[in-house]
Amino acid sequence: MPDRIHLKAFGMLAEKMGADSLEIENPGSSEVLKQQLLAQFPELKDMTFRMALDRKLLQADTDISQGQEIALLPPFSGG
Amino acid sequence: MDRFERQVILPGFGSEGQAKLKHASVLVIGAGGLGCPALLYLAAAGVGRICVVDGDVVALSNLNRQVLFGQQDLGKNKAQTAVRYFQEKYNDIQWKAIPEFITVENAQELIFHYDVVVDGSDNFPTRYLVNDACVLLKKPLVFGAIHQHEGQVSVFNQGPGSCNYRDLYPNPPAANEIPNCAETGVLGVVPGIIGSLMALEVIKVLTGLGKPLTNRVLYFNSLNSQSYEVEIQPSAATAVPTSWSDFEQRNYELASEGIAQLSWNEAMKLMGHEVAFVDVREPGEEPILECTGLVKVPFSILTSQLDQFEEAEEILCFCQTGGRSQKAAQLLQETYPDKKIFSIRGGIQALKS
Repeated sequence: MPDRIHLKAFGMLAEKMGADSLEIENPGSSEVLKQQLLAQFPELKDMTFRMALDRKLLQADTDISQGQEIALLPPFSGG
Repeated sequence: MDRFERQVILPGFGSEGQAKLKHASVLVIGAGGLGCPALLYLAAAGVGRICVVDGDVVALSNLNRQVLFGQQDLGKNKAQTAVRYFQEKYNDIQWKAIPEFITVENAQELIFHYDVVVDGSDNFPTRYLVNDACVLLKKPLVFGAIHQHEGQVSVFNQGPGSCNYRDLYPNPPAANEIPNCAETGVLGVVPGIIGSLMALEVIKVLTGLGKPLTNRVLYFNSLNSQSYEVEIQPSAATAVPTSWSDFEQRNYELASEGIAQLSWNEAMKLMGHEVAFVDVREPGEEPILECTGLVKVPFSILTSQLDQFEEAEEILCFCQTGGRSQKAAQLLQETYPDKKIFSIRGGIQALKS
């Protein structure tokens, strides 16, 4: 079975990545995923965002297992 | 029978819930796209004492989402106009309007007198300032924000072990990563939904009904009608000021690399022959500023107008709150590395207050 994970992006991150929901190959950990995303979408380097694994905010580099969901969460300021 | 009959008969709310609302007080910061719907439902629900803080005036482009205002209100202060509207509607509520922006100087005094704070502001400096003041005062903060078709809502600082905004985003983003407020666009119903959710959270916090969004952030996407909930936890290393003197010394302006920021007083002294004084706001933004030597180059077309600044030795940019003008100054500085280029801190709103 292929080792894949779900990726969800919000706000400006979804705009920059061109999609708000993707299925990707499991990079193994949240930090590896982040580096992959920054390489693929250089505009993300200048953007503040947090990551959540299965809807829990990550505090540090964390292993990702097959089928888990990572969310990329930028801050919103509008009102 | 009274005007609250339909909520008093609700199981789990009852006359106890109504009494709690009647004896409660709420401070609503910003009577804009979020503040207007939040105020409508807090007032209808019968919160006993409500204060509205906003130093801004009503502009035509506000009317698609700031549903308390109409064409007859253009140019009027938002806090005062909102309160006048409600005073006629419900005379069982104690109303107060503060026609000013919340600042490091007035935050403590404003927030101190209320049970719950609603952050309906539209910029990061205010959001961090309000968050920090609420942490210092131990006041629950109902947070809501939008970006185009999406919104987020949470309840911060509701008792021990409860997160605040800095547990989610420890420090404000830099000025250059923030979308331009006049250009991102919004359908009025989106802040309508988020502002209504904020009113709901206030009612839950005040009455104990249900489970408030404490240590949770709710994301709502209006295009696919999906919501997404993320669990958050207090962070050990917090960036919140530890005291009021620490708070007062914080600079809540957004950092923009290499661009000097001036106050209006400092800017006035610079003005003269070789200085270009540039309003980078879009047409229709209020208040309109007219004076000799002022040029208007909306940020949206600045890249095509860069050559008109060839003659100027120094360039002073301003916008509504000081965000776009920093981006404009940065763009100009990249084009003219030898010119002195400044952004005016706080924008036109700092001039008014």
